[in-house]
Amino acid sequence: MSKISEKFAELQEKNQKALISYIMAGFPNEKSTISVVRGLVKGGVDIIELGFPFSDPLADGPVIQNASTISLKKGTKIDKFFALVKKIRKETDIPLVLMTYTNILYHKGYQKFIKDAKNAGIDGFILPDMSVEESKEYLQAAKNIADTIFLISPNTSKTRIQKIAKASSGFLYLVAIYGITGVKTGIKNYTIKAIKNVKKQTDGKIPIGVGFGVSTPDDVKKYIKAGADGVIVGSAFLKLIEKTPQSKLESKIESFTKSLKKQTLQKK
Amino acid sequence: MKYPKNGKFGEFGGKYIPETLVPAIEELEENYLKFKNDKNFKKELDYYLKVYAGRPTPLYYAKNLSEKLGGAKIYLKREDLLHGGAHKINNTLGQALLAKKMKKKRIIAETGAGQHGVATAMACAALGMKAEVYMGYKDTIRQKLNVFRMNLLGSKVHPVKSGSKTLKDAINEAIRDWITNVETTYYLLGSAVGPHPYPVMVRDFQSVIGNEIKSQMKKLNKTPDSVIACVGGGSNAIGTFYPLVDSNAEIIGVEAAGHGLKSKKHSATLSAGSKGVLHGMMTYLLQDKEGQITETHSISAGLDYPGVGPEHSYFKDNKRVKYHSATDTEVIEAFLMLTRTEGIIPALESAHAIAEAIKVAKKSKKSESIVVTLSGRGDKDVEEVQNYLSKNVKD
Repeated sequence: MSKISEKFAELQEKNQKALISYIMAGFPNEKSTISVVRGLVKGGVDIIELGFPFSDPLADGPVIQNASTISLKKGTKIDKFFALVKKIRKETDIPLVLMTYTNILYHKGYQKFIKDAKNAGIDGFILPDMSVEESKEYLQAAKNIADTIFLISPNTSKTRIQKIAKASSGFLYLVAIYGITGVKTGIKNYTIKAIKNVKKQTDGKIPIGVGFGVSTPDDVKKYIKAGADGVIVGSAFLKLIEKTPQSKLESKIESFTKSLKKQTLQKK
Repeated sequence: MKYPKNGKFGEFGGKYIPETLVPAIEELEENYLKFKNDKNFKKELDYYLKVYAGRPTPLYYAKNLSEKLGGAKIYLKREDLLHGGAHKINNTLGQALLAKKMKKKRIIAETGAGQHGVATAMACAALGMKAEVYMGYKDTIRQKLNVFRMNLLGSKVHPVKSGSKTLKDAINEAIRDWITNVETTYYLLGSAVGPHPYPVMVRDFQSVIGNEIKSQMKKLNKTPDSVIACVGGGSNAIGTFYPLVDSNAEIIGVEAAGHGLKSKKHSATLSAGSKGVLHGMMTYLLQDKEGQITETHSISAGLDYPGVGPEHSYFKDNKRVKYHSATDTEVIEAFLMLTRTEGIIPALESAHAIAEAIKVAKKSKKSESIVVTLSGRGDKDVEEVQNYLSKNVKD
């Protein structure tokens, strides 16, 4: 069982749902990333998605796009990123997911990139521009090494949901809104319906994480109530990181994380 | 490749897209396949191409230029004479008509030099639709006249200030808009790039260029020995080449070498790039050692793109088409030569093809013929040329 699957199993036993955070590695610098990870872990986050910047992040909104640009300008490179992951691994064994775009993996070669990432301590991958149709080589390279977390959207058809669920491991990432990351549109009825529909189509075989536009404890509460097995909060963390001085970063992140995590504890 | 299976030209092309776009792309493909052979659709499109856009365009024998160079006869396929001044109208009329048949109310587009934006605005106005156009901030400055034209035509222009503020960022922003408004919006892509079915659809709408060349040359009892077109995303080039790939002609695509292929200030994707994934497709890209897309340069905003249509990547690898490049200096020389010998001011994009034609003509026989696609007219570029000349010509 993968580390991510183990985490979901453990949470189920404790009657909890997963809080998953997204942060951009190297934003605004490497030192802050370490502080942020410490704050997240202390705050009780269950899984951390580490963003690796790409020059053309077409599924991301202004907040993540800006964080990518800054991270790249600060010199975030693949080797440096893997070294950072190793540093994080010395402090925590929390599941780490790498989120980036297909070209970063393709360029180095899926197999080599995935092996190197695994050696550094990455447990799974999310590639927003990798469609299931184009994923054969990627899936082969990741098989028995790392989880491949695919995205589904509220407009994904029934047959595709099953196809995508089959290609996914770890969890399935349900995009809450029609849109890019970070755009707050409120909780939509279609998202609530989509959560229920995807749960039904996948028959509980894989956990469902809901992300994009999730930013407050109230959002977390509503998605969990609708049946999500986890929620993913990204841009809200980046906004907090942006405005918090380095000295207070760890504690601020910790308390925000706690406020979100609280909503994932279910009443017995 | 007629209609590529799974949208793949060999290993190139495909659909590397966020999941939210999948239903939209499937809907597009389904409708494109339905309408492309539909008699009424074809009739309506033909009507607009003839009566509104001005097809067929002439195949002009550039006698003065040919004689000056002393080699082969150079024929110019005059896409610059189309309504709007560029080949772009062939594709925008096709796609806007398709969008209308699909009952899409909102049209978005991206533009580099502004030619596709203007052509989209025109096609939409003619068909009673409205368009919103994304354009890199840098391009809105160097092509401000085209921004004004789009506004006049009733289209809204969104300047894009992210990234390199050029065409690739305009495409990113258009895709973001599309993801957000996928249920109501048609994305009218301007080149033979992007996820399947765009590369094949744009090629088909632009193939009118190559088909006309074929029949016009036949009327002259000739077949072209060389066929040349400029390549940015590569829509005029693929439209020119595709109907002629089965012929014996030598086919050459010309990329923007900018300050030179070794300068890192160019847009010569096929000549100097490597394989990768961007904007929904697998193709050749300009990227660094880490797979980050690098910034491009060309004197011509329309060629300033770090990727290229996937079918061109396929033709590069199977060697059916040769891809050469022309530097800014060669392009300006070609621009001036054509202007002065023939009284035709070409777009800077097209001047890349002319620069190659000059090289080919010089080493060819008088009995041979070269066809060059003059993809657009140069009115939009005269200020850019003026700036270049004032900086580079010593008194």
